[in-house]
Amino acid sequence: MGELIVGLYVFVLAMLAGFEVITKVPPTLHTPLMSGANAISGITLIGAVMISARAETPLITILGVVAIVMATVNVVGGFLVTDRMLKMFKRR
Amino acid sequence: MPSILVDLAYITSAALFVFGLKLLGSPATARRGNALASTAMLLAVVVTLAHEDILDWRTIGGGILLGAILGAALARTVAMTAMPQLVGVFNGLGGGASAVVASAEFFRLAGADALPVPDATTIALSTLIGTVTFSGSAVAFGKLQGLVSGSPITFPFQNAFNLLLFVSLLGLAGYLATGASHPGAYLLLAGLAFLLGILLVIPIGGADMPVVISLLNSYSGLAASAAGFVLGNYILIISGALVGAAGLILTQLMCKAMNRSLANVAFGAFGTAAAVGPGEDQDRPVRSVGAEETAMLLGYSGSVVFVPGYGLAVAQAQHEVRRLMDLLEARGIQVRFAIHPVAGRMPGHMNVLLAEADVPYDRLFDLEDINPDFDRTDVVMVVGANDVVNPAARDPGSAIAGMPILDVDRARNVVVVKRSLSPGFAGIDNDLFYMEKTMMFFGDAKEALGDLVKELRELD
Repeated sequence: MGELIVGLYVFVLAMLAGFEVITKVPPTLHTPLMSGANAISGITLIGAVMISARAETPLITILGVVAIVMATVNVVGGFLVTDRMLKMFKRR
Repeated sequence: MPSILVDLAYITSAALFVFGLKLLGSPATARRGNALASTAMLLAVVVTLAHEDILDWRTIGGGILLGAILGAALARTVAMTAMPQLVGVFNGLGGGASAVVASAEFFRLAGADALPVPDATTIALSTLIGTVTFSGSAVAFGKLQGLVSGSPITFPFQNAFNLLLFVSLLGLAGYLATGASHPGAYLLLAGLAFLLGILLVIPIGGADMPVVISLLNSYSGLAASAAGFVLGNYILIISGALVGAAGLILTQLMCKAMNRSLANVAFGAFGTAAAVGPGEDQDRPVRSVGAEETAMLLGYSGSVVFVPGYGLAVAQAQHEVRRLMDLLEARGIQVRFAIHPVAGRMPGHMNVLLAEADVPYDRLFDLEDINPDFDRTDVVMVVGANDVVNPAARDPGSAIAGMPILDVDRARNVVVVKRSLSPGFAGIDNDLFYMEKTMMFFGDAKEALGDLVKELRELD
């Protein structure tokens, strides 16, 4: 079985898991949910590290660093701002 | 580090992401959920760094350090009202990073003859989705920040042109997918995708931004997934799919809240015909009140429901609302907040703004939960909201027909704090303003509520 097909299995099942878990989030938390999920999409940082580590030409080194910076802003900023928001949610 | 350990660590990360998202589903556990997800991210990144034979630590370490500093600075300084812009920026950066990763892989493989077909396909797709996310988010940011006009920007044959663009993109992707490692064709694909991202967002009006932000959020996840296919990395595929699902759910919820289909939001250029509204009903009588009278009404009622709209956030009046809530509760009056799903500029935005002003979240009620209670409510205070309380939504002939609204016209008394009688985003007059039980409290939301606070303090 090709790698691509295995990847598709994984993709579809992960989507279904995502739908299942997220459908139950109450509207009050939709903004933190979105910014938290957004931080998770910065997972592409791993891809950026992989291509940077294997870079053999200056072009790829540059592309790698650009991707690393963009993805890290996404990850670090996303998780921190989500925490900042969630800290404010209080019950009386 | 042996690759089996790397895979085990990635599986752990994936499980923690799912669990973290689950914990985000309740206010009591949400903070822990976010911490869990960030731990999972840290684990995945550290393991990757340990596994790769890194030739030059300076570029990678420097890049991560710079990104972390920028990200932390943005997260700490952003105003809560600007949260949609920030999420827009993050969406764009995530999508852009995925596209750049794909491009690096293209140029690495393109050096060595023809591209294997699966690689070429995934690279083309990843570049397409990532670039559309990047440029689309840039336009969304511009609109939210007021750098680009918030009203829909349209031109003749726009949808036909976009379709043509999309078909050309698919053609180019198909050409690359045959294994052609043509850098020119690849760059053209990236360029056209950039253009498509811009063109897809410019015709969408400011009030439809919750949908756009949600959709771009979904795209940024799908872009990460696509990059995962490019690199054959399952943690990217899984995490990206989770985010893709989250974004799609929110997009669907936002569309439902406006009773519009996604196609209508994306291609309908809603809000362009907005200029027709006022004028016809200028002569209808309204009942205008001041702070003193409103304070009496509120102070001697039994239950009050506030309906905050985006106008409240624009006027920065969240803290005045909270003071008002405190004063009313001290008098033994039940105070609740009715939050329409599209009250802010992104899903759940109004809840965050009120949370910032220390309004406890158990006072905030969703549309379905509060609507049955309006006929038992003494006073409804509408602050800076318009279309979401317009009874015209029940009239099949109206422009907003079928849109779920807050049934405030069923309450015993309605006070509307508003600058003027001007129509809302949908461009139609609001019959609520002219009802016998409605009192118009004209003025800026912050000043008006501030005056109310003063009057209430003086009340007996």
